Amino acid sequence: MQFMLLFSRQGKLRLQKWYVPLSDKEKKKITRELVQTVLARKPKMCSFLEWRDLKVVYKRYASLYFCCAIEHQDNELITLEIIHRYVELLDKYFGSVCELDIIFNFEKAYFILDEFLLGGEPQETSKKTVLKAIEQADLLQEPRHEYFNVPVY
Amino acid sequence: MPAVSKGDGMRGLAVFISDIRNCKSKEAEIKRINKELANIRSKFKGDKALDGYSKKKYVCKLLFIFLLGHDIDFGHMEAVNLLSSNKYTEKQIGYLFISVLVNSNSELIRLINNAIKNDLSSRNPTFMCLALHCIANVGSREMAEAFASEIPRILVAGDTMDSVKQSAALCLLRLYKTSPDLVLMGEWTSRVVHLLNDQHMGVVTAAISLITCLSQKNPDEFKTCVSLAVSRLSRIVSSASTDLQDYTYYFVPAPWLSCKLLRLLQCYPPPEDGAVKGRLVECLETILNKAQEPPKSKKVQHSNAKNAILFEAISLIIHYDSEPNLLVRACNQLGQFLQHRETNLRYLALESMCTLASSEFSHEAVKTHIETVINALKTERDVSVRQRAADLLYAMCDRSNAKQIVAEMLSYLETADYSIREEMVLKVAILAEKYAVDYSWYVDTILNLIRIAGDYVSEEVWYRVIQIVINRDDVQGYAAKTVFEALQAPACHENMVKVGGYILGEFGNLIAGDPRSSPLVQFNLLHSKFHLCSVPTRALLLSAYIKFINLFPETKATIQEVLRCDSQIRNSDVELQQRAVEYLKLSSIASTDVLATVLEEMPPFPERESSILAKLKKKKGPGAVSVPDLEDGKREGGELNGGGERGPDSAAMSASNASTPSPSADLLGMRSAAPMSAAPTSAGSLLVDVFSEAGPAAPSAAVNDDGFLRDLEPPTETSGLSSELQTPVDSPFNASSRRFVCKNNGVLFENQLLQIGIKSEYRQNLGRMYLFYGNKTSVQFASFTTTVSCPGELQSHILSILRATKPVEPVVEGGAQIQQVLNIECLTDFSEAPLLNIKFRYGGALQNLSLKLPVTINKFFQPTEMTSHDFFQRWKQLSQPQQEAQKIFKANHSMDTEVLKAKLLGLGTALLDDVDPNPENYVCAGVIQTKGQQVGCLLRLEPNGQAQMYRLTLRCSKDSVSLRLCELLAQQF
Repeated sequence: MQFMLLFSRQGKLRLQKWYVPLSDKEKKKITRELVQTVLARKPKMCSFLEWRDLKVVYKRYASLYFCCAIEHQDNELITLEIIHRYVELLDKYFGSVCELDIIFNFEKAYFILDEFLLGGEPQETSKKTVLKAIEQADLLQEPRHEYFNVPVY
Repeated sequence: MPAVSKGDGMRGLAVFISDIRNCKSKEAEIKRINKELANIRSKFKGDKALDGYSKKKYVCKLLFIFLLGHDIDFGHMEAVNLLSSNKYTEKQIGYLFISVLVNSNSELIRLINNAIKNDLSSRNPTFMCLALHCIANVGSREMAEAFASEIPRILVAGDTMDSVKQSAALCLLRLYKTSPDLVLMGEWTSRVVHLLNDQHMGVVTAAISLITCLSQKNPDEFKTCVSLAVSRLSRIVSSASTDLQDYTYYFVPAPWLSCKLLRLLQCYPPPEDGAVKGRLVECLETILNKAQEPPKSKKVQHSNAKNAILFEAISLIIHYDSEPNLLVRACNQLGQFLQHRETNLRYLALESMCTLASSEFSHEAVKTHIETVINALKTERDVSVRQRAADLLYAMCDRSNAKQIVAEMLSYLETADYSIREEMVLKVAILAEKYAVDYSWYVDTILNLIRIAGDYVSEEVWYRVIQIVINRDDVQGYAAKTVFEALQAPACHENMVKVGGYILGEFGNLIAGDPRSSPLVQFNLLHSKFHLCSVPTRALLLSAYIKFINLFPETKATIQEVLRCDSQIRNSDVELQQRAVEYLKLSSIASTDVLATVLEEMPPFPERESSILAKLKKKKGPGAVSVPDLEDGKREGGELNGGGERGPDSAAMSASNASTPSPSADLLGMRSAAPMSAAPTSAGSLLVDVFSEAGPAAPSAAVNDDGFLRDLEPPTETSGLSSELQTPVDSPFNASSRRFVCKNNGVLFENQLLQIGIKSEYRQNLGRMYLFYGNKTSVQFASFTTTVSCPGELQSHILSILRATKPVEPVVEGGAQIQQVLNIECLTDFSEAPLLNIKFRYGGALQNLSLKLPVTINKFFQPTEMTSHDFFQRWKQLSQPQQEAQKIFKANHSMDTEVLKAKLLGLGTALLDDVDPNPENYVCAGVIQTKGQQVGCLLRLEPNGQAQMYRLTLRCSKDSVSLRLCELLAQQF
């Protein structure tokens, strides 16, 4: 997989993960182009499209589009299920996930993704194992009360 | 503010995000962000040391701002500080910031690498994983340099935790992709391959991506993975849906791993070991069987996961292309999907069938679905699916269904989406040409194309129809009649005018007998379109008019009238003006004979590969056209017909020869570069110089003429030579390069995969060699590299062979050809040949090939014409024993005079007539140009037809050259 993008129906980018080295300029260009292309497609259309020399696999969950760019020899259907498994992971972790969870806890969304996919390939496909790793990390956190008196800004 | 924070909430961050979301305008958002940036900057700069939590919070805010699309130019140092925190969440945020924001050239990379190093050696698995994730996310060369040797150790160490192993495997994969030269598996190879046997499914899943990538690059070293992969796959495929616990996904056991295993096997040919192969075939059959079973769940995830494995299995079956039974089953399965209610499956089935169509075992099975596919082209609502259907129709086309498919594609073109029209046009044009049984059908098809989608008909397409009409006289009359009719339409496409103008200009006479298409009617019809056309088309029409004057003298007055009008003869476009002026002049002063010669019908175009096919390849990449390519070799054989790569305009109507080239018009054949022909030198003076170099030899030369004029002794008398005849002098040339001594162009090498063509030109001591590497397969060659080396002393003789030589593209697509240019400079005479080494990967296998390049000393010859008298004088001057080399040898080839002459001319020398008193003998003279000196050479070849022998004598001003030329030439006759 070359990259994964999450964006809203309004075209707002919510998460971006790049597995190939690209300049910030290129990333912005690709994002703009792809968000436009995907948003222009009708609901019943197929989830795959050829885009530049890559294949794009996307799926919409509620207000969010999940969109992956894969290489030519990669498998479209299994990529669709990679997206689904990631959604399941987010859902389980946040408890019925919605777009706001990803906005306010974007760092968590990245951490979960890193446990699931690394370098663009599946690292751990078991839902339990991934969530266990994330929850363990949460346990390592410092108790919140330590910071109650710290000024906000 | 929604209270959705989970884990360690950072209240300040949540407030900030909430503020941003509440901004009513972009300006307000920017204002809020700038305020926050100023605040964070002051905190970071402030005297008071920030505690870890604050640092984490501010770094996280910066990250958020960056992800919103704003630039961040500070905070990196604080993020790096977080890395050395021993609080997990602080470290985690630090790593996240660095993964997202740090690029490889950062000065901080050393500090980051230090922190990573500490975490890797911490023995704390969560810290180790964080560090590995960071390396995998950044993947820079600096990181590869620092950690590429450490990570394999972590990966295979017995005491590494599973989760760390998983991260290490994929981290290594990322580094290998960025810096393959730094990741040396060597000693680890076998232990990495054995990760396929690991008990932990997660470890296997992570490791297989790494192993697949490494196998693609080093198939031999990793080939033991095949049997391990087969047994792993077999265990998964035969397991019950509950066996693998959490690795079962919607009742499908380990779908990700299964797909990856099937993908890995596609890096290799079918297993040789019968048992392994049997087991694998069993797996593939099981997968095909399971596709027929009723679904265990109605959820789309279940069917997607199951079908993902099925498609991957079908890819493997197609890759092997050796199991007819499986291929046909795969095809039937895909046939079911063609009518599935899921658009995704229809799309994938069409795509996958395209590759099946290219296998001889399943081509027929694919063809049975033609009606469904045509229906898809007509009714699918999604353009990407229609595109796949068009691709499949193209792939399944052969002689039996070409008419139907072309007709369907043409009718689809009328309503096709703009985005795919050009490609459709190319495909129709190719199919029409390839499978035409009668040419009138072909001409009709192309004219229909222009009518329906004229804007999308590229030059290549209309050039091609003209090439074909010119090359086939049985279709010319029909073509003239058809274009004439097509031009009757009130609004016809400019491309139609081009084709019409060209064809009527050549073959209008074939329909002139009919009063409805008399010469004047034809002319008036063409000219009625003239004013609506662009400059290049008008230029073409002017050429058609002058051809009319030749074809139909009765139109002369009318056409001259047209040419004479101000809008032509004073046209502001220089090309049009020039044509008008010159054609007018030509028509008024040239006699009928001259006109007839100048304006003669175009000669046939040389038969070559269709330029349209080349264009489609360029447009679509190799996959799209590989199918008809394969058919060329496998099934169809006889292609409809040839036709040159040049367009008719670059060949130019002969009339254009009269015109001066103008940069604006391609129509004058300027595209073909002028060949570097060796200019004949004024012989006399040059030779004097050359031979004066021989200096001291000259005075003694006149002493005795040792037998230039004596008759050829019967070679039978020199019995001692026979052994030499059988074993030619140990030559540095292999057979293929020997063929190039007397010629400069041709095929240097060819096997089933690769063809190497060569074209070279030499001038004085310089040469340029074009190498054409053609991929004959439909699969790309990866890591394609070529190196040219000069063995031994050669380097100092032909220098700069490597200079200005660009490396070739690393990938040669299937069916494609790439070019490489070598520049050669001859410093001094030489006898070795430079070596060309070619390496590439085909499928998984490394191909390595070494060839001698046909660069020989005679390439630097300049021919020297001289009189008989001069010749003998020089011959006598070169009489020192070392200056002469002689060889008597048996004829290996035809002794035909013309053949011999052609070879001697190909050698580069001048072939001198009337020099040798014996007219049977051949005498040549030339000068070899090296950087330092010129070497004069005289040659005499005496054939003895009766004995089928030759005597070859060379005299050169340099001894080594005589010897070398004698060796080279003795193998040529």
